[in-house]
Amino acid sequence: MIENILIAFLAVASVGIICAVLLALASHFLHVEEDEKTLKIRECLPGVNCGACGYAGCDDYAKALANDNVKTNLCIPGSDSVAAEIAEILGVEPEDVIEMIAHVRCNGNCNVTTKFAHYQGIKSCAAAMMVYGGIYDCRYGCLGCGDCEKVCPSNAICVHNGVAHINNKLCVGCGLCAKACPKNIIEIFPQVSRVGVMCNNTLKGAVARKTCKNACIGCKKCESVCPSDAIKVENNLAHIDYSKCTNCGKCAEACPTKCIKLLEPIC
Amino acid sequence: MDTFKSLIIILMSSVLVNNYVLNRFLGICPFLGVSKKLNQAVGMGFSVIFVMVVATAVTWPIQHFLLDSYGLGYMQTIVFILVIAALVQFIEMALKKFIPSLHKSLGVYLPLITTNCAVLGVTIENIDESFTFVESIVNSLGCGLGFLLAMVLFSGVRSKIDDSEIPESFKGLPATLIAASFVSMAFLGFAGIVDNLFA
Repeated sequence: MIENILIAFLAVASVGIICAVLLALASHFLHVEEDEKTLKIRECLPGVNCGACGYAGCDDYAKALANDNVKTNLCIPGSDSVAAEIAEILGVEPEDVIEMIAHVRCNGNCNVTTKFAHYQGIKSCAAAMMVYGGIYDCRYGCLGCGDCEKVCPSNAICVHNGVAHINNKLCVGCGLCAKACPKNIIEIFPQVSRVGVMCNNTLKGAVARKTCKNACIGCKKCESVCPSDAIKVENNLAHIDYSKCTNCGKCAEACPTKCIKLLEPIC
Repeated sequence: MDTFKSLIIILMSSVLVNNYVLNRFLGICPFLGVSKKLNQAVGMGFSVIFVMVVATAVTWPIQHFLLDSYGLGYMQTIVFILVIAALVQFIEMALKKFIPSLHKSLGVYLPLITTNCAVLGVTIENIDESFTFVESIVNSLGCGLGFLLAMVLFSGVRSKIDDSEIPESFKGLPATLIAASFVSMAFLGFAGIVDNLFA
């Protein structure tokens, strides 16, 4: 009786030990050198896998940094500190990251624009867009179903009163929301700029005003007050050239519909 | 010629008639889990074929030269699980070292198979049916191919499900399970076909 148990025990134990020894040997002899650089770089990346760098994720970017000659300042969420760490590991000159921030070009909340239909479908902008391009009289504005909210890796977006709002403090500038927006109203611009056009409506003044009280009417007042020639009204809509804008805020004061706004400062 | 015929019959019956997923309901979790996209399904299918064949090549000698000769047949399940798990780990390391491209394309599927019941099932079936070594290998290959076939077919069915309108309460897993049962019923049509293959 004892013999049987002993034999079974020994046989299984020996199989186990043989497997263990084989695996131990294998892990020693078949060990693949994981590139130390890649591991180090991966550790200092933020790991949100947002894809703002243009790679499939933080792992991919780390690999590319270690093996190919890739720019060290592509990680926008990580900003300067991460870029500096990466540059140190790779032994190259650190480059500054141009921190970006997302901005919703719409202020057409439920109080100022009207609906021409009642939407009961899937709560997704992409789906709402497929039915007559949304239910608001303004055909250009935010649909308010929150596709951007869903993709945001840092929970910086919330839809309030029918329009998406971006929390400047949380936004990492990855640009995923801009890609998700079917109306293309989310703009990514350098974080230093603090002025934003809150409208995407290219209809003529009077028509635009009818669809939404907060619309840009293309009056060109901002264009004339801008001291640095940064605002141009094209297609009845103001556009800010952020390479020229000095954040003076005169356009925001002059705008009659208050669709140009000084954005909240980032703390 | 007769042995060749019998091998063909074993292969065909394990691919179509005794399909592991659809007729024996083994390996259902990867079947439901990884069949969403065709390329993933194919990756998983080939990994399973590979692991099944190698596992059979290892477990058959263990059964016949170790367990049977010491009268330890009742330890079969434990020993096989142990050996297959170790084997898959070993294969993964070897692939990473020598064929990194294959390792990359098999990806996460290889370690997922470690404790797949279909793999354990095929190794035990080979013993129960008292197949010879060559027959065992052919049977494993057939089971793997059958798994691949089921995965590929079902990934097509699932893409259709995604596009169709389903009542709210059936959305997701219920609809998938119902579809799986339909595919499984379709495979019942193969029963009896193999015996008359060479008639």
